Parts: sequence; structure tokens; C-alpha cells
Amino acid sequence: MQLFSCPFCGPRDETEFLFAAEAGKTRPEPAADVSAERWSEYLYLGGNPRGATREIWQHLTCGEFFAMERDTVTHVVSVSHSLRGEEA
Amino acid sequence: MAKRYSAFGLFREGLRGHSGWQPAWRSPSPKPRYDAIIIGGGGQGLATAYYLAKNHGMTNVAVLEKSWLGGGNTGRNTTTIRSNYFYPESVALYDFALKLYEGLSRELNYNIMLSQRGVVTVSHSDAEMEMAARLVNAMQINGTDAELLDRDGVLAKAPLLNRTDQARYPIFGGTWQGRAGVARHDAVAWGYARAADGFGVDIIQNCEVTGFLIESGRCVGVETSLGEIRADATGLAVAGHSGVLAAKAGFQLPIRSYSLQAMVSEPVKPCLDTVVLYLGTGTYLFQSDKGEIVVGGGLDRVPSYAQRGNPPMQQTVISGMLEMFPSFGQLKMLRQWAGIVDVVPDSSPIIGPSPLPGLYLNCGWGTGGFKSIPAGGWLLAHLMVTGEHHEISRPFDLDRFVTGRLVDEAAGSGIAH
Amino acid sequence: MTARRVTDSGRPLAFSFDGRPYEGREGDTIASALLANGVRVVGRSFKYHRPRGIYGAWTEEPNAIVDVTFDGTTTPNLRATTELLKAGMDVRSVNAKPTADADRLGLLDRLSPFLPAGFYYKTFLWPDWHRFEPRIRAMAGLGRLDPSNEPPAENPMVNARCDVLVVGAGRSGLAASAEAAGAGKSVILVDDQFAPGGSMLYREVDGDARVEQAVADIARLGGRVLSRTTAYGIYDHNLVCCWERRGAQPDRQWRVRPGQIVLATGAIERPLIFADNDRPGVMSADAALFYLRRHGVLVGNRIVLAANNSRAIPIADTLREAGAHVTVADLRDGGTVDAVHGAKAVEAVTVSGKRLDADTLLMSGGYTPTVHLFCQAKGKLRYDEGIAAFVPGNPVEGVSVIGSAAGDFDDYAISPVWPKAGAKTRQWIDFQNDVTLKDVELAARENFRSVEHLKRYTTLGMATDQGKTSNMNGLAAMAAITGRTIEQTGTTTYRPPFTPVPFTVVAGRRRGELFNPVRRLALEAEHRAAGAVFREYGGWLRPAWYGKGDAADEVRREARQARDTVAIFDGSPLGKIEVFGPQAGEIVDYNSYNTISTLKPGRIRYGFMLTESGVIYDDGVTTKLADDHYVVSCSSGHVAGVVARLEEWRQDRFDPSQVFVHNLTPHWATLTACGPRAKRLVDALSLGVDLDDAALPHMGAGTGTFAGCPARIARVSFTGDRSYEVSVPAATAPALWAAMNEAGRVLDAVLMGSEALLMLRAEKGYIIAGKDTDGTTMPQDLGLSGPRDKRQGEYVGKRSLFTDNAQRQDRQQFVGLAVSDGGPALPTGAHALGSDGGQRRSAGFVTSSYDSPALGRPIALALVQRGLSRMDEEIELVHLGSVRRATITDPCAFDHDGSRLNA
Repeated sequence: MQLFSCPFCGPRDETEFLFAAEAGKTRPEPAADVSAERWSEYLYLGGNPRGATREIWQHLTCGEFFAMERDTVTHVVSVSHSLRGEEA
Repeated sequence: MAKRYSAFGLFREGLRGHSGWQPAWRSPSPKPRYDAIIIGGGGQGLATAYYLAKNHGMTNVAVLEKSWLGGGNTGRNTTTIRSNYFYPESVALYDFALKLYEGLSRELNYNIMLSQRGVVTVSHSDAEMEMAARLVNAMQINGTDAELLDRDGVLAKAPLLNRTDQARYPIFGGTWQGRAGVARHDAVAWGYARAADGFGVDIIQNCEVTGFLIESGRCVGVETSLGEIRADATGLAVAGHSGVLAAKAGFQLPIRSYSLQAMVSEPVKPCLDTVVLYLGTGTYLFQSDKGEIVVGGGLDRVPSYAQRGNPPMQQTVISGMLEMFPSFGQLKMLRQWAGIVDVVPDSSPIIGPSPLPGLYLNCGWGTGGFKSIPAGGWLLAHLMVTGEHHEISRPFDLDRFVTGRLVDEAAGSGIAH
Repeated sequence: MTARRVTDSGRPLAFSFDGRPYEGREGDTIASALLANGVRVVGRSFKYHRPRGIYGAWTEEPNAIVDVTFDGTTTPNLRATTELLKAGMDVRSVNAKPTADADRLGLLDRLSPFLPAGFYYKTFLWPDWHRFEPRIRAMAGLGRLDPSNEPPAENPMVNARCDVLVVGAGRSGLAASAEAAGAGKSVILVDDQFAPGGSMLYREVDGDARVEQAVADIARLGGRVLSRTTAYGIYDHNLVCCWERRGAQPDRQWRVRPGQIVLATGAIERPLIFADNDRPGVMSADAALFYLRRHGVLVGNRIVLAANNSRAIPIADTLREAGAHVTVADLRDGGTVDAVHGAKAVEAVTVSGKRLDADTLLMSGGYTPTVHLFCQAKGKLRYDEGIAAFVPGNPVEGVSVIGSAAGDFDDYAISPVWPKAGAKTRQWIDFQNDVTLKDVELAARENFRSVEHLKRYTTLGMATDQGKTSNMNGLAAMAAITGRTIEQTGTTTYRPPFTPVPFTVVAGRRRGELFNPVRRLALEAEHRAAGAVFREYGGWLRPAWYGKGDAADEVRREARQARDTVAIFDGSPLGKIEVFGPQAGEIVDYNSYNTISTLKPGRIRYGFMLTESGVIYDDGVTTKLADDHYVVSCSSGHVAGVVARLEEWRQDRFDPSQVFVHNLTPHWATLTACGPRAKRLVDALSLGVDLDDAALPHMGAGTGTFAGCPARIARVSFTGDRSYEVSVPAATAPALWAAMNEAGRVLDAVLMGSEALLMLRAEKGYIIAGKDTDGTTMPQDLGLSGPRDKRQGEYVGKRSLFTDNAQRQDRQQFVGLAVSDGGPALPTGAHALGSDGGQRRSAGFVTSSYDSPALGRPIALALVQRGLSRMDEEIELVHLGSVRRATITDPCAFDHDGSRLNA
């Protein structure tokens, strides 16, 4: 059971959180100008890093999406912070 | 060439203290170049090497294993083999694997203990029974064995199932594939390793691939902890670590890695003769030949490369098991472990050329890698030798994520495998 | 009699073992009682059925596994050394028939030359493993499950935090706990034995009193001491899971999240490896001392003590004082144990070439620090030559290891005696799983040299004792055989749990309904009183039909009457997701395949929500109450998902201060009146809403009041008949229910469950997303390609509607089917037959099928390849091998022009 920290609610059990995406993706638009490859890349591809990663998570109980930096091997969470007022 | 195994051989060796057995495989040093190398000494990689040699006569082959062979998901999975899939593409793949498994012990001269004890998937409502019928009809049309069971049919397969009306997930019926079953996971890896070694394949353990040799935009080999190794064709069969190696080769894959955990009980005398999956709990289990109840369930929630279990999912899986088999509450959890599975958006494997010419992919098996080992190896070998897809592997090419032609079993049958 | 009780205290307790009556004492474990009664053979080994006696005193015990019947309940595979004896226990050995002493399969030991490690990989190839498997399975397994014993889900789970969690209440653990508590820290001390104290209780003068004092000190300082509590696993972020046994009360699981973990888990004595070292009467020296001091049981009369270390040798004096004749074989001086004589009990021992009469052989090969938890916490080990054992190496954040678990022994000197290559005799390494030194040699010969291969090939360390006594000797043997050092050979991975933990403790109370709670309607009691039969739909427990008659008859009755008069239906679980704010219109448009915001306030539009892959996620209606206020409805099973996607886009794409999403589904109850008399029924409710069709047309919404509360009314129809959905705050639902039933009485209204509604909507060809569509269905597959072809601007899933796959000509499309073979309704799940290059292929399947009471004929909905362009074509369908025929039709089979909406 990992402890994640919601920027609003503080540390909670991992079961309260939902993984949303790797950080840094932007939805390509408008649809008519987006190639099949670019759309596929957006929908499906990811770095899936072994080690340090920056991800978007949702704290299900308060609904807030936030950014979290953690290590996928050691499970050490280095920082989590609000996305309000900045780009993901 | 390794000595053939047989009851007589065992008897003869028994009379002389088993001093005559040969190594099951050699531990060679890597040569500077091979016709083909396969990264990953699990079941898929070892099977690929075996079929390169057997089907294509290519024996100047090396399997590079970071640690000890069979130590990844091959040695960590819950060993179920089945082809109860909805789409013809999936059935073609997994039934091909099952058919190869059916003759594998004798082919490899190694008892992989294939036990075709059948898999029952239990439905808990009329709606789920309709989906079960949809699946069974699809399987029959696609040419594999399937039966639709009513409640009594399910209870006949697993008499200790929870029969009470108050059960959270009542038994309405289910699907049955009788040819499905389990096998001894280590034996599959060892059997392929021994047979491949017998053909002259070099299995090199404790050899980590650290990079790819790329010349004129083509993969011509790998850099390893034991030095450079060159090859005309390189196959990648590293399951949960596919993304890590893809990054070294300069591309991304539609894969995310998650922990999948499993547990066993202390051994008891036979009390469960089939493999049972509940759609409601997501828990599946069977009893190993040794007597342990082997149980697994869903993936952990957090993308991870840590091969360790986690109490929330552990509780879900075990609670689910006790919902199914209340009497198993007398048993104790003996051992618990986890593997890293490579999860693809449509939960179907990726077999095909990679974006880097000369490098071929066998990955994305998610939770289904073990059951497909013979097929995965056969198809990757075909691809590495011919450069072309076998017809069975064609639908599983990476290009499906661009065309949108996913093979998504959950979409078709509502059952995520 | 060899062993005997030398200090007799405690109440006598009668019990039986393998059918023979014995007497123990209160405070005995099953093992100490068996020893005191001189029982030598307590079990049989897993593979060769060798007779086995008690080896150890606690969780390391490999041999004494028993099934115990007590109070009418049987529990298999209990470890005799860790179970308290109770009066009336019926104890049986496992893996033996009829008894451990006279096991018929004991003959298997004679075949052992032909059954080495992994023999099963080399044989049973012909004719087929399947032929041999049943017999092998029957021989395997330890205890026997009792099918009638279904333990209840009554095990609590306690979450706890503390500054310091100390594992192990021996001398080091007690001292560390007292120190931390004294420094003002909150402390929990867990210990798995019956009482705290560890080896102090049997190795130290006045140990009992000093332990008592230490425990009292810790308690006085605010620390908490939990006995019989096993810390069995360390998980992510140092969560420690513990199993607490509480005697008469159900066991508990503790999940402790400490600031600091202190492991004071002690050390386990390991066996010596020599010929026939598994005979009953060959025991751990430490265990012998334990049984004497803790239970007053002297394990033998004529004892040989073979040891290589300073901690074990002095045990001889203690045993002598208790009255035994003890000969010491000090292996530090180069002594050897050459042979053990006797099969079911030690009769004599040959030591350094000299035969000694003996009934017991105690052995000590040194002590192995108990580092399991440290390794679970990802700690790495280092081999310490001084104590000939692995000790914690690198520091792990938040975890410290102290005392003998860290290899810190008082006055400890050892001359390692490891297994040697070239064994001519059978020397046991893993007792329970019958792994001998020869098996390790065979594994090495066959190149299973990695410790993990060794473990898996020979099953060394995989028994129910998890290798507590065997792992160290096993890897030392492999090191000796392969010429590597022990450190180079390494250890296998330590996996949780430390000792087997009951599944009931892992599961806790998360069973039955608590496994996955169903959602319940505000009106559940009212429905029950009205005779509803409940089923689960989309996670909600809902009335499927009403009445005690045959289900099909009741459903048809409801469906027929709903068309004739008026039906009352509880639609509360349908999504009611409020979207407010200046950007509300933009977000509901982005969320939907159809443009919503162009509606006039007070109007409703039906549409789809797609996934980003372009697949229909759900369908439903959205109501525009005002320019900045919408209510998004969706199917009951998708509410959480729709809220989640709206919330995600709200935060990711819109200005979260300009739009808000609020799920009111559970707060409002919805009762629907549908049918030709629906308007009259709703009129009688006096909601204060103008029900005139001009004011409230089909797809119109209004707000009134009911019983002093706001009431929303929406003219949305899922049956094709005139319908009114009336929503009120959930607390007001019983009053609305009563009023509608009252109003319905004169109108001959009928209560309608979900099954009849499913049938009525199928007559109209209305889909249930996920039933009539699957995870590939796109809106154009339902013939609804308007927005795809024409709509400007972005919406979820748009780009995916234009992939190669989305433009395939052979897509499965949504159609109706009319039975054309004169047979009954088509089976749902039957497949349409097609072919692909001569190969039989599915060309789609029946998604819904009913015998329509209104039409007097079967109807069906289906997804069929190219179905939309194949109207009136007859197709073949197959279900479980039997073939049916049907004609492709429009999905709508009833009231094509929709006149009933306003009838």
C-alpha cells in the first residue's frame, strides 16, 4: 500500500487515487489536421519509464487531478503538486 | 546432445547414483556474432530460439538473459493455458499455442506436466449468461472447443463452489473449455532451453542488453554487459521490460507495465479439479499437482516495475476466492509474489517488426504470455527468418494502433483476459 | 519411554493423536504434549514418506504438520509447535495412511533411488502425463480440507500508526521498545510467541521476571505490546502487515504504518547435514532447551549433542541437570556425525567413528539471523564469515535491524560445518520436501546452479516452513559443489508472508455484500413491500419484476399493461449529473457526439458519449435548464465514469472556475410514469407544471414542486409511449411513490420492473449501451453519422471516427431481426454466420431478443456485418450448434411513426 499525497487533501492510501496519464501529452487538434500516426501516438504511446516518472493522477475522493513525480521501481514519491494555473 | 529422458533412463541412472546426467543446457560465453539473437530468456525467447533451429534450421543463435533463465514472468505466472477467446484472430493465435502445447512434452522430451483439466468461467446474472452464449458460439464458430454450462453444470465441475442464495455472486452458469488447463511453468522454460541448447543455441545468462548497435538505420546487434554481440536479426521478448528496451532502441510502445500478483496456499489433498474464474470477483484459481491452491486476480492499480505484491489487491483477490470457495478459509497463504506485465490498450500481444529495422517484437502479452509461449516463439522465429508475418501474427502487428484495427477481447466479449 | 515431563504443572488436557488417546497439560503446544507422551513419529515426509519426529519448537518446524478437529471443525495443516493444546483436540498426522507410525506408503522410501529431484520432468512422457496425474495428485498435498468448514468473515482489520514498530520481543526488542517509549515515541511491539521474551524465557536466569518488568516498563511509558502477533510482510512505503491471534476471539490483521521499523526478529538454529539426519529423535538443540525450560519436557534420556558453536554446547549441562545422560560431539574439534541408527526413532549414533547408544540426537549447525522482513523491505544481505551467516548489508530507509537478527550475538563462536560435495549417504537439507545433498549435486550436475534454479528444480525451501532451516544449508551445499563462495552463490528472494497466514485474516471482513457493495434504491423497502424481485443492474439492486408468479409471465403482464394503461417505474439510478457555469454549454458539447448547447432552455436532447477511440461509451439525454445549467443523464452503470470524464476535461481543457460538475444521482429519486394514461397519473400529482403538450412537449422539461420540495419533470421516453420522469429529493421519494400509486389505482396502473422495460425498449429498437453495442461500435454503425459528417469543432472521440478501421466496409451495424423460420425468439448471443475466404466466420450476433407481447411475435436486435445495407436479407444464425433463420429489419418493430409518444 503506497501513500500518495493529494495537494489538497494530504497523504492518503493509493486506493483513493487513479492513474490518468503520463505528464506532458497534449491532445492534437483539430481532428481534420491530425494524421493517423499522430493521433495513435497521442492515444497509445508512452515512455513507460523504469525509474523516475512524472504522471497525472486523480484523487478520486476530491476529484482533483494533479502531477506526481515518483519512481516506478523503488516506489519513492518525490513530489506531488497542483496543476492549477500551469500546464500539465 | 543432451541425453534423452525416459522412465528407463531414470531407472538406469537410479542404479548408479544419477551420475550420468548431462547439463540440461551449457553455459557458453557469447560469440561475437550470430545469425540471430533473442533478448530475453523466458519462455517466449527460448521458444523462439528453439523454433528458429527446428523450423528454420537456424542454429547459430543466442538467447541473452539478464538474470537466470525463466526467472521473469515465465516463472511467476499462474500457468493457465486456454484459448477461450472471442475474436477469430485471438482464437487462431491461442489455439495454435494450445495445440503446440498438447504435443510439447514428447516433442521436447521434457515433461511440462500439461494438465488439460478444463477452465470454467462463471456467470452471475442473465445478462452475463447472454454474454457467455455470445462467447461460446463465437468460439465454436472459430473452431475451438467450448460449452455453455448451466448452474448444475458449473457445480459439477467445482463442487465446493459457494451454493448459497445469499452469495454476493450467485452462480447462473458459465462457459467451459475442456482442453484448457495448466502446465508446470518452469518446465516449459527448461524444456525449451534444453531442446534449443541441444540444437546448438547459446543460452547466455547474466547478460544484460544495454543498448542496440544501429548502422545505417538498421539494428545489427546489441551492446551487453558481456560486450558487443552482432546479429542479422534481433528479437525482443522481454515482457514487462519491453518499454525499457524500446527506449534504448529509440522508439516508444503502446505498453504500460503493472504488477500482477499471485499467491499459493499450503498444500492440501485434492479438492479442486479444474481452473475456475469468477467474472464477479475477477479471481481465478486452481490446485497445483503439489496440492497448493494457486490464486490470482487483477492487476495492481499503479504502473510499476517493482516485482512485489501489494495488500489492497491481495485482499481483493483472497476475499474474492473466499466468496467463491468459502471452505478455503481454513487454508493459509503460504507464498505471495508478483511479476511485471506489459499491458497494451487492447490487451492483445504485439508481434511484428519494430520501428527499428532488424529488430522484431514479441511483447504486450499482458497476463497471457505463458499460455502463448509455443505460438509466440513459433511466430517470432518465422518473422525473424522471413522478415514477413505468419498469417496468424499479421493482426497483431504494431500498425493496428494506427489503423484502429484493435483486437480488443474486452470490447467483443466483455471479458478482459 | 524416552522423553518425559520433568516438571509437572498445569491442568491435564485429554487429546488424541492418530486415533490414540493422550494427556497433555494446560500451556502445552501440541508438539510439547506429543513429546511429553513419548510420541516419536509425528508425520511423514512429502515425497518419500519417511517417518519424521518433531525437529523444532516454533515456526521453523518442518515435520510436525497436523490436521486438528476441535469443536466439530477441522483445520488442516496446523504446525504442532505453534498451536496451543486444547482439551478434546483430535490431532491427525498429514500425508500418512492410516497413521504416521504405520504409513502404508512408507515403502516409497525404498524407491527413492529412482525418485531424485525433478524425476517427474524426465518421465511420465508416455503415454501422457494426464494418465499419471490423478494418482500423483492424490499422493501429494499435506492435510485434508474439511468441505463443511466454512469459516465466517469475522476477522477485523486494524489500521495503526506509530513512531516505532518493533518486531520481536526478545532482549533486543524489549530494550529498543523501552528506549523509544522512554524518548516519548509512540511504540508498538509485536511478537509472534505466546508470551514476549524470546530466548530470554529459556536461556536467561530469571528471564521470566525480567521480561515481565520490561513489558511493564514499556506499557507504563505508553507503548503497546501485542503477543501472538506475527509481522508477516513489509510492503510499499514500509507498511507492515501483522497477524494477531486472540484465542477465543477472531484473529485480526494489523496494518501498521510506523515512522521507523525495528527488526529484532532473532535467529533460527540450522540443522547439521549428515546421513539420516531426518530420523525421529534428531532435533534442534535450541528446541530441546526450549521444551525443557518452557514446558518441563526433557526430550530424551540418552542424548548426543552435536554442535559447532558456543551457543549450543552449554545446553548439554542444562539437560544433564534435568536428568539426562548427555554426550557432546563438539564438531569444533573436528568431530563428525557418521551415522544415525534406527528408522522410526534414534537408537544409536556413530560419532567420530564411535557408536553411542542414544535415543535423541540434538544438533546445532549455527544460527541464521532472521532477515526475512529486512529483505522484503528490499534490504540486501552481506555474508559475515565471523558468524557464518548472512546479515543485513545496506541500510534501508526507515528500517533498522538489531540483536541476533543483525548477527549480533553475545559470546558466539562458530566453526562452520557445511555440507560437502560427493555425498555417498542420504543427508537431508529440506526435511519436509525431501531434498537431500545428492539432489543439490544433481541440480549442479544438470546446470541448475543459480540458487533460484536450485530452489525450483529441487523444491528446496518451498515447503510450508519456507526454508527457515534449509535455505542456508542448501546454498552452502551449492557453493561447495560449484567451488564458489557462499556470498557468490547468494540467496533466493524472501517473499511474504514470513509464516503462512490464514486467508481469512488476509480477506478480513471484505466478504459477502462488503466485497463489492450494491447500490440500493431509496425506495427499496417500498419495492419489497410491493413484491419486487430484485436483481443487480449496473451495480444497483433494482426490481426486476413484481409478483410471485413465473418470472416470464410477470414480465409479460407488466409489459402488456404498460402499453395498455400506465406503468410506474423506478428510474432513480439513471445519471443526474449537473453541469453549471459559463462554460457549461461548451463542456457538454465537447462531451457529446451531438451538439447540445443549441437547445432552447427547458428542452432535452438524446445523444452519445464516445471514448477517445470513437466507440460509444454511453447514450443518454442531456437537459438544458438554462444557458449555464445542464443535467447530463446516462445509464446507471456509467454514472461514475461519466462524472470522471467530465471532471477530467473540466480541469484539463476548460477553466475550472467557469464550469462545475456535480453528481446528484444519489440525491434525487426518479419515478417514471409511462403509457397512454401517464399524463392523467402525473396530472393527479399536482406538481404545478403545465402538462399541456404545447407547454411540455416530448423532450421538454419543467420544474414544479411536490410535498414542498422541488420536483423536476422530463418528458423522455424509453418505451415509446408517452412518459414523464418525475424527480424529487431522495427523502421525498416515499411520498411521491405513495402519491403515484394512489393516483394509479383508478387508472389501473402497473408497477414495472427492469425486465419489462428492457422488453418495451427493444420493441422500439432503443439500445442499451454495452448490450446492443460492444466495445467497437461507433455512432455510424447505428446509422447516426450526421455529426461525424457535418459537425464542426472538437468533441471526444472525433478523430477516431476517421481511422481506417472506422471506415471499414464490413463493420458490424445495428439492426433488427425478424424470425423467418417460424421458430421461437432467437437466443441472445446467437451468431450470424458469414465466411471469410471459405472459412466459417461470425458476421455478428444477437444482442437482445424477446417475445413481444405487443406484437405477438419474437423480436430481436443485433449487430450484423454491413447490416444497414442488407435490409430484408435473410441470414443464418447459429446457437450451440443449431441453426436458425431470420430477416434483417429496422431495429424499430413497434409504432414506427412514434405516434404513441403523444397518444
